[in-house]
Amino acid sequence: MSVLADESSVTGLAAVSAESRFDNPALMRRRRRAEVRFQLYGLLAIALGLSCLVILFTSIIGNGWTAFFQTSIELPITFDAQEIDPDGTRKPSAFASANYQKLAYTALYKILGVDPSIRPQRTAANALLSREIDSQLREMVTADPSIIGSTKKVWVLASGNADALLKGKIDRKLPQENRQISDQQLAWIDQLTGSGIMKKLFNTGLFTNTASSQPETAGLAVALLGSFYIMLIVVLLSVPLGVAAAIYLEEFAPRNRFTDLIEVNINNLAAVPSIVFGLLGLAVFINFAGLPRSASLVGGLVLTLRTLPTVIIATRAAISAVPPSIREAALGVGASKVQTVFHHVLPLSLPGIITGTILGLIQALGETAPLLMIGMVAFVVDVPSSPLDPATALPVQIYMWATEAERGFVEKTAGATIVLLMILAVMNIITMVLRKRYERKW
Amino acid sequence: MVEISIAPASIAPSAGNGAERSSGTFRGDPKVSARDVSVFYGEKQALFNVGIEIADHSVTAFIGPSGCGKTTFLRCFNRMNDTIASARVQGEIIVQGKNIYDPDVDPVQVRARVGMVFQKPNPFPKTIFENVAYGPRIHGLAKSKPELEEIVVKSLQRAGLFNEVKDRLNSEGTGLSGGQQQRLCIARAIAVSPEVILMDEPCSALDPIATAKVEELIDELRTNYCIVIVTHNMQQAARVSQRTAFFHLGYLVEEDTTDQIFTNPKDKRTQDYITGRFG
Repeated sequence: MSVLADESSVTGLAAVSAESRFDNPALMRRRRRAEVRFQLYGLLAIALGLSCLVILFTSIIGNGWTAFFQTSIELPITFDAQEIDPDGTRKPSAFASANYQKLAYTALYKILGVDPSIRPQRTAANALLSREIDSQLREMVTADPSIIGSTKKVWVLASGNADALLKGKIDRKLPQENRQISDQQLAWIDQLTGSGIMKKLFNTGLFTNTASSQPETAGLAVALLGSFYIMLIVVLLSVPLGVAAAIYLEEFAPRNRFTDLIEVNINNLAAVPSIVFGLLGLAVFINFAGLPRSASLVGGLVLTLRTLPTVIIATRAAISAVPPSIREAALGVGASKVQTVFHHVLPLSLPGIITGTILGLIQALGETAPLLMIGMVAFVVDVPSSPLDPATALPVQIYMWATEAERGFVEKTAGATIVLLMILAVMNIITMVLRKRYERKW
Repeated sequence: MVEISIAPASIAPSAGNGAERSSGTFRGDPKVSARDVSVFYGEKQALFNVGIEIADHSVTAFIGPSGCGKTTFLRCFNRMNDTIASARVQGEIIVQGKNIYDPDVDPVQVRARVGMVFQKPNPFPKTIFENVAYGPRIHGLAKSKPELEEIVVKSLQRAGLFNEVKDRLNSEGTGLSGGQQQRLCIARAIAVSPEVILMDEPCSALDPIATAKVEELIDELRTNYCIVIVTHNMQQAARVSQRTAFFHLGYLVEEDTTDQIFTNPKDKRTQDYITGRFG
């Protein structure tokens, strides 16, 4: 055999064997099927998750969007001096005890042509108006006593049942005895809506009203402020404490059994059920330290404890993700350890720290159980002026409304859920924006 | 001036015994001398009783196979090993008459006096200006902003980078090419006017053209600085250094003029290494 022939035969053989060695149709089919199958599983999982999300959101929004509107009636109310201030003293004490509700009823009788002397008719007409008009009109008079004696057009709240009818929550086709609105009331409502003085207006009360047993006047003001105070306290305490602890543990602490123990405990703390933190808060902050019950200060302290492990873990992860070459570079030009950390490591880990912190805050914002333990589940009528005043929080308010019997609270519950979800979404967007802004590449 | 022969007793066995050398011997006091330096990582000893004297205005190369202790030894000169929790250094390293391992010495000051350039270019993710200005700023070397700008410009000029970046001093240092980044790191190191510059395989992450530029730069810097360079590349050692030290398994095997090491090594291990028989 010549050298040339030998070579060509060898390469030819090699080529054939290279092809045939990997050319195994059964194996290839199996491999491709496995890949397709796996991708299918992934798609299926995502589709399932997304459809659950869609169902959840349509249900919440479908139930809750009406909470942002409230049926009101525009009544020409005569602020009758005889009724409000029969003695003509113009004193606040006189304004406080007057029967304003009656003024609204009188105005309504006039529009509907109801004879006030017929009791059933009167009661039926009264049931169209909210029982909370009293306070609305009293506030108007207290603010400006000069309106006494005049007639003004005022938008007053309709009753929960009238509101439910306008929102389609009460079926008109039901027989009268199964309906919460009588045929007579139905006719009146149609008359009022037809003349345009009864309609659904944007419900600012949802954000400005406090606790109420009437769904049409119940609002989130206390819960919003309570949650705000809690968030403020959590940010002020958990961010400096958590970031400082993380920096020390990650950059300065020696690696020994003691720091290992601390690390294990921090990780365990993050997994402790939140109700336990509530118990701790009840025992330490309220029973031992004597802080007031139901106060957002205590809520903030408890949720700080809840959030700290999350912040520490996220910050440590962000710090350890900064490449050691950056630390060496800084140390190499003669920067001290502290200078290295604060000039280089911390700014570079900022996006991670921000993300971790806001995720911790989001977690704290949705936390309910520990707040129940410390008594932030309460019927609070006064807007809290400081974190020491009794308050509730958004998720607790949702829980409280969900347990109310009145049908009007169903949409309130969903509405409050929408508000909570919106706040969470805004916080998530802020996280994303900040992350993008401070993100650096090396 | 005194001629100093390089054969401290602690140097590894066959370091020669003061043969006549025409070039590469240095005049004047050594800039840096190491005496009996041993380094331990936990229980494991990585460097055994190494002694060496390093001259000013020259380039000294440390060569040897991977894991031979050359980088460990280099990092003793600016106490960079302090940052590794398990590392322990014994012996003395004297920089300009002062043992930097004395208890009263601040390691942060040492690192300002002994600059370092690392294997992988590691500019700060800041602007080119800020990269160079950082060292002078934290050490208060510039009294005013113009003075700081002058230091930055001068350092960039010395690092041979100024002409390439003068129009974009405020763009990110990390946006430069690998070779430019490494020269930026050299500019950053010389901005604090160190007495010694340590380079830990400064060209191992660079392409041949960038390598040539950095080598050229090292040769220029020699006139002003004492430079110690660790390299895997023996041609590089031959090209840039005046003296070469060969390390093996934690021992300093041989230290001599670069010519001598590459043409007439005394130790069999050195010869085997430079002829490529192991390593």
